[in-house]
Formats: sequence, C-alpha cells, structure tokens
Amino acid sequence: MYNFDYEKPSTVADAVAALGDEDAQALGGGQTLIPTLKQRLASPTTLVSLSGISEMQGITDEGGSITIGGATVHADVASNGAIAALSDLAGNIGDPAVRNRGTIGGSLANNDPSACYPSAALGLGATIVTNTREIAADDYFQGMFSTALDEGEIITAVKVPKPEAANYQKFEQPASRFALVGVFVAKTSGGVRVAVTGASEEGVFRWSEAEAALNGNFSADALEGMAPDADGMIADLHGTSAYRAHLVGVMTRRAVAACS
Amino acid sequence: MSQVTMTVNGKTASGDVEGRTLLSQFLRENLKLTGTHVGCDTSQCGACVVHVDGKAVKSCTMLAAEADGATVDTIEGQAEADGSLNTIQQAFQDHHGLQCGFCTPGMVMSTAALLKDNPKPTEAEIRDYLEGNICRCTGYHNIVKSIMAASGQDVGSIAAE
Repeated sequence: MYNFDYEKPSTVADAVAALGDEDAQALGGGQTLIPTLKQRLASPTTLVSLSGISEMQGITDEGGSITIGGATVHADVASNGAIAALSDLAGNIGDPAVRNRGTIGGSLANNDPSACYPSAALGLGATIVTNTREIAADDYFQGMFSTALDEGEIITAVKVPKPEAANYQKFEQPASRFALVGVFVAKTSGGVRVAVTGASEEGVFRWSEAEAALNGNFSADALEGMAPDADGMIADLHGTSAYRAHLVGVMTRRAVAACS
Repeated sequence: MSQVTMTVNGKTASGDVEGRTLLSQFLRENLKLTGTHVGCDTSQCGACVVHVDGKAVKSCTMLAAEADGATVDTIEGQAEADGSLNTIQQAFQDHHGLQCGFCTPGMVMSTAALLKDNPKPTEAEIRDYLEGNICRCTGYHNIVKSIMAASGQDVGSIAAE
C-alpha cells in the first residue's frame, strides 16, 4: 500500500471540505477500499474517514419508509428488520467480521457489479441522499463501478420505501461470497420491480420483461421459461453469459415464490 | 506519522503510525502482540480477527488510525487472570479444535463474538458464523465440537464424522 494522510472529520461539512482535494478519497468501512489500496490499484494522497460522523450513523423508521445513514454498517441493517428482505440481504454480505465494518454508503458508492446492496436500492426504488442532493436509484446506477456521484460527493443517507412484499435471492460465488447472480424482487405501490446484480456487464439493472409479466400475474408461473438475453451478461471462469442469464430467471422465480 | 491511543486487553497502548498502518500491523509490530495472525492479508481467512469496541473485525482490513480511542481485545487478553485457559480456549484444547494452530486466534475471537450474541448456537449457526474463518487442518468438525462444548451444549449431538 502506498502511504497516505488520514483524516477523520466529525461533520459532513468538514468531510466535504477535506475531499475538496482531487487526490483525496472517502473511506467508508474499507472492506473494498483497503484491499484495493493493498493491490496499489488506487493511490489517494488523503483518506477521509466517514466513520466519525454521527449524523451518518443509524436507521430511523418513518412509517412508510426508513432512512439509513450512509456510514451504517451491514450488521446494523441486518439486525434492524424494518424491511425484512433488506435485512436478510445485509446479513448475508461477506462474513460477520466484514459486516461489522462495511457500510451501505460505501457499497453504493463503489457500485461493484456483483455487490448485493445495489440490487436492493434499485429493487426497492430507494433514494440516495448526498451532501448536495437526492438521487433516485433509477438515475443513480450508471454501469459497472459507475454512479451519478460527482467527485467529492458523499452519500449521507439512503431513504428506502417499505414494499408490500420483497425478497432477495443470491446465488453465491463460493470463494468471494459476492453474488454470481442476485435478484431483488419488490412489490411496491408503483408496481413490481426486479433488480439484478452480478449478471450484467453494465452492473445492476432492472429486468423490465419480468416486471411486466409480474405486474399482470405476481407468481413464479408468470416467468416460466423466461430469462434475459445472454448478450451483455458477464462471462468469466465462474460461469458463461448463458449460464448467468439462465440463473437470473431461476433466482427471480425463487424470489417471487418467496414473496408470497 | 500520527499518534494513536487505544485500550488493548484492558491496558492503554499508544504508538506512532502512518496513515496506511493496519490494525494488525500495529498490534503485532508496535505492541508485539503477535498472537493476532496474518494469514491471507486479503480479509478472507480470519486469522487476524480481533474485537474493536466489542465487535469482531478483521484487523488486516482496518487502519490502525480507525481504532484510535477504541477498546481492542486480542487473543492475548482471553486467558483468565491466573493465566489458565478461558472456557472457549479450554474447549478447543479438550476437543482438539486445532492442529497447526495458525487459525486458532481468529477462531477463538470469532467464537467469543458469536457466543456473546448467541449463547447457545446450533451447529448450523456455528458453521454459518465461521464463514469468514478458514482452517486448512481440521475440516472444521472439531472446531464446531469445541464451540458446542464452550457453549455448554451436548457435543454428541453433532453428526458423526
């Protein structure tokens, strides 16, 4: 790891100021960033820790929705239970020690194509709250490791509306524990949303054909034989693009079945 | 360099660290607490698990600076005041929950974290909780037995090898 300066501000405003330097980088729980630094794939001059900002911690229940502070760790989301499918998802990220450090804001800012949280944010129609604005999940995810965030912009919170029913099914890549394919299905007041992670070269995406079928008939039978086009699916040593496309269909049917 | 101060195994410990100094490195190199092992250095193996403010973390994937002001517990602080093994350590010895012993500090610290939240875990819950702790010797069977015993449960209820 190349050396860097370390800062730990206690307010969002101070963190934004510290991130004003273009070679500064925000540090959430570090469960992705520290391994990345060890591989010398990044060389920030300053790391700005977000772990000392109390206003970015914790979960509040507003009745129809919950607000999760950007620096809230996976273990706290897992034990919350206000949205069961979201808590189940958080409780199966990585392993217990990773869940005690990794944060929701860090995961969403990184937008790893195989991470779990992006599918929940997109599937539930969450709103990403930053130090300057609110971004709808539909506008936030812009491809593999790419988001609508500007340089130095911090995810301070995530607002998540409560669904009528929801479920997440993850086909785990057994070595990394990331999703080989993960599907988050949510039945919301605005219709059914199906968000897929791990599969596409474009990162998390909504499977609109499945949504249309499920809006007509919310049952696994409505998706019989369906799978997205294998073109554009990730192909690597863990699975071909056709295999991943097939898994999307299987995991979506399992998620729908588990909703009802 | 900046100074960090933390309470390690009940005692105040300070030292100068770089931004990039890992908690595992600070414990091992500054404080000479080499019981915390670094197996993979990629947060896969769990040999480096310690408790920070009561929570199990992988100390190879946390900056020492992040633990400034925290309470840190390592394997060196687990034995009883008279130096005898604590319940978990004794159970690992009694049930042969280790062979080479390299993963054992992390296994014991993860077990302590598990039993604090879940004093009577099932076999399945134990195996699930140890997902982030890798052992290349035992095949995990005797580790699971040790944890069942440490939690005061019937070891015989575990499926035979």
